[in-house]
Amino acid sequence: MSKDIKIKKGLTIRLKGEADKTLSNAPRSRTFAIIPKDLHLITPKMVVKEGAKIQAGDTIFYSKDNEDIKFSSPVSGTLTQIERGAKRVITKILIEADQQDAFRDFGIKNPDSMTADAIKNHLLVSGCWAFIKQRPYDVIANPEVMPKAIFISGIDTAPLATDLDFALSGKETALQAALSALAKLTEGTVHVTLSNNGNSPLANLNDVVYHKTNNLHPAGNVGTQINKINPVNKGETVWTVAAQDLVIIGELFLTGKYNTERVVTLAGSSVKNPKYYKTRLGSEVATAVYDSGLNEENVRIISGNVLTGKAISPKQHLGFYHNAITVIPEGDDYEFFGWNKPVFDKISTSRALTFSWLFPKKKFDLNTNTNGEHRAFVLTGNYEEVFPLDIYPMQIMKACMVQDLDAMEALGMYEVAPEDFALTEFVCVSKQPHQEIIRNGLDLMYKEIG
Amino acid sequence: MGMKQSLHKLKLKYEGTKMAPAFNAIHTFLYLPNETTHSGGHVRAADDLKRTMNMVILSLVPCLLFGIFNAGYQYNLQTGDVTKALSFFSLEFWNMANFSVGAWKVLPLVIVSYGVGLAVEFIFAVIKGHEVEEGYLVTGMLVPLIVPIDIPLWMLTVAVIFGVVIGKEVFGGTGMNILNPALTIRAFLFFAYPTWMSGDKVWVTGAVDTVGQPDAITGETILGSLAQNNGFMDLSTMDQFLGFIPGSVGETSKLLIIVGALILILSKIGSWRIIFSTLVGALTMGLIFNGVVSAGWIDESSKFFGLMDVVFWQHLFIGSILFGAVFMATDPVTASQTNKGKWIYGFLIGFISIMIRVFNPAYPEGVFLAILLMNVFAPTIDHYVLEGNIKRRAKRLKVKTV
Repeated sequence: MSKDIKIKKGLTIRLKGEADKTLSNAPRSRTFAIIPKDLHLITPKMVVKEGAKIQAGDTIFYSKDNEDIKFSSPVSGTLTQIERGAKRVITKILIEADQQDAFRDFGIKNPDSMTADAIKNHLLVSGCWAFIKQRPYDVIANPEVMPKAIFISGIDTAPLATDLDFALSGKETALQAALSALAKLTEGTVHVTLSNNGNSPLANLNDVVYHKTNNLHPAGNVGTQINKINPVNKGETVWTVAAQDLVIIGELFLTGKYNTERVVTLAGSSVKNPKYYKTRLGSEVATAVYDSGLNEENVRIISGNVLTGKAISPKQHLGFYHNAITVIPEGDDYEFFGWNKPVFDKISTSRALTFSWLFPKKKFDLNTNTNGEHRAFVLTGNYEEVFPLDIYPMQIMKACMVQDLDAMEALGMYEVAPEDFALTEFVCVSKQPHQEIIRNGLDLMYKEIG
Repeated sequence: MGMKQSLHKLKLKYEGTKMAPAFNAIHTFLYLPNETTHSGGHVRAADDLKRTMNMVILSLVPCLLFGIFNAGYQYNLQTGDVTKALSFFSLEFWNMANFSVGAWKVLPLVIVSYGVGLAVEFIFAVIKGHEVEEGYLVTGMLVPLIVPIDIPLWMLTVAVIFGVVIGKEVFGGTGMNILNPALTIRAFLFFAYPTWMSGDKVWVTGAVDTVGQPDAITGETILGSLAQNNGFMDLSTMDQFLGFIPGSVGETSKLLIIVGALILILSKIGSWRIIFSTLVGALTMGLIFNGVVSAGWIDESSKFFGLMDVVFWQHLFIGSILFGAVFMATDPVTASQTNKGKWIYGFLIGFISIMIRVFNPAYPEGVFLAILLMNVFAPTIDHYVLEGNIKRRAKRLKVKTV
């Protein structure tokens, strides 16, 4: 049953500023925020008003499309502000935290003795449902649809990624509780993919099927694992849960609390002391960033990793699904004859006077410069070198750009998420926004086909 | 205030105006822009389209330099100013006399090709408000290399305008075109001025002007000679390999084309799949024709005999099949875009090239027609390759539901 994965196409991007494996507690954040944009395609319907006192775990809003999907406060405190943008869309929900957390009690439960419906209900009421995402469309899972399988990636191969073996250590019981609960929600199996040379706390648990993979990025992307193990066909659904979010789900069963504590990597070449921080979903990133210190002024702070994260300011908050904060230098400067002189300090998959191929182990200090202007698709074959899925990347993107729903469906749109195209975007000579193209394509399909 | 700051100020001044693309083209030529990532990933690889195109140009430079010397050499050889070059580094070839004759003929071609082509590109960029794309940097280099040395500059001008406008801009510019623009220019020349392009007088400079005179210069190529069953014009295989033969400006030296091919393949810019399969296709067709000859189906009286009897591997050394395979067929925009498709696309180019070469003695160089033909069929090939992927996906679903 177990099927191991070995991908040959990919690219491991080695960057400077890898986090030390030491765990510190981040200073407690004064404010916490939930950004509805992180919860893709969810339109919030507020249930508490500005100024309300809330406990950690209290529902603050639910999805307009499905009242059952509720979202809870990560901390106890006062909901101070509901920020709205154009057309009164809620852009940010700001909570001023108390000194100490008071948790709403959901009761200690044993998933083994619960029915599937009871588990589902428990996850929905507590707000933990938000951690379960689905493919197709890469959105929060629809609770009415039974998934054919659930996928968990126990390895993160993204640049400067969190070492999950380190971040999850000691969480075995919580992981087991979460996996046992999830196993009841699918007609198929829960697939857990681990590194073939790691020592993961996820390794010896029940109710799951294990797979091993090599460590070439994007082997750690759950999308790659799905494609290699049990690809999504038309009409099918699979769920994915990030390994760290399993801990939150597990804690809910074990302690009855909605405890969104997570281990976050603070990394990147601009960080003075890159290391791991224990913090909480939605906290201000400044707490960790200023605790560690920065090497330079002109930086970009990214919630998430450099390939898929979003740019934020230090006053802003950790994204809902992110467990990394990456800080790299901004690249808003010109470079004299930068397009034709030999390049030694940037990564490239070609050898067009770029010499990173000579130093496969070297760690690079990349900035945010695009290294060129946006162009039409010209080169072919270079995406395929870093794209392990059995999908034609350029053709599916062109289908998205011309909004050809039939072609998108036929070429495998149900299987992909924007993050699967992060590497093709990285190597793209034409500097096309691949992830945006795929996201827009998925959104279009969601709207038209559903 | 340094140049960097002044240009930055100018850029802000021009931003949003009609002339912005023209200014940016010059600005980005000097400086890699200060653009940062705004969507998706926050870091990008070092390569951009300029760098890629620059590599192709670099790989063509040896051919161009050789072409300049060879243009002079072929002329001086016939006037008796130099004697036959015996080795690649022979001073009979690499000397100032050859260079000055060649440069006088070739550099105007380069200047006209770039000047006219880029002017058209700039005008279209300004009208349409998009950036000036780099595609023409390569096209502009290819064009002087694939035309006969004595082509009049007005003819080249007309052809370049036609090729860039009809071959590329009407489709939306670089990346959108169906036909290779350089070959469109070549095809235009061939069909608009057939007496010029297919004659046997244009391949060595001075041949046209001296027609009928007692010391007339012959401007014939090996292909033309073979097509008339006249053999290899006493030029050895080594001459053909090194390139001391008459022909289009940059296509004669097989050695330097191979150097260019290595640059393209090692830098991962050119598709080795296309290059390799084109050569395989050409050799296959050559073998088939050799088989026809040895089976005795045609004899020396046949007008096809001369070219059919060429040993199959020697086809690669005459004409521009090698140049076409390395620099033309590999144009990523007009070639097949799937890796599987590239094998088929390349093979058919090689196959059809030799077929046209043998069966069309009036104009024996079939490579450019074969490539243009396959440019047209490349999307079809890709369609069937994609269809395979789609079927596999559909089958997966069917197995599931059963």
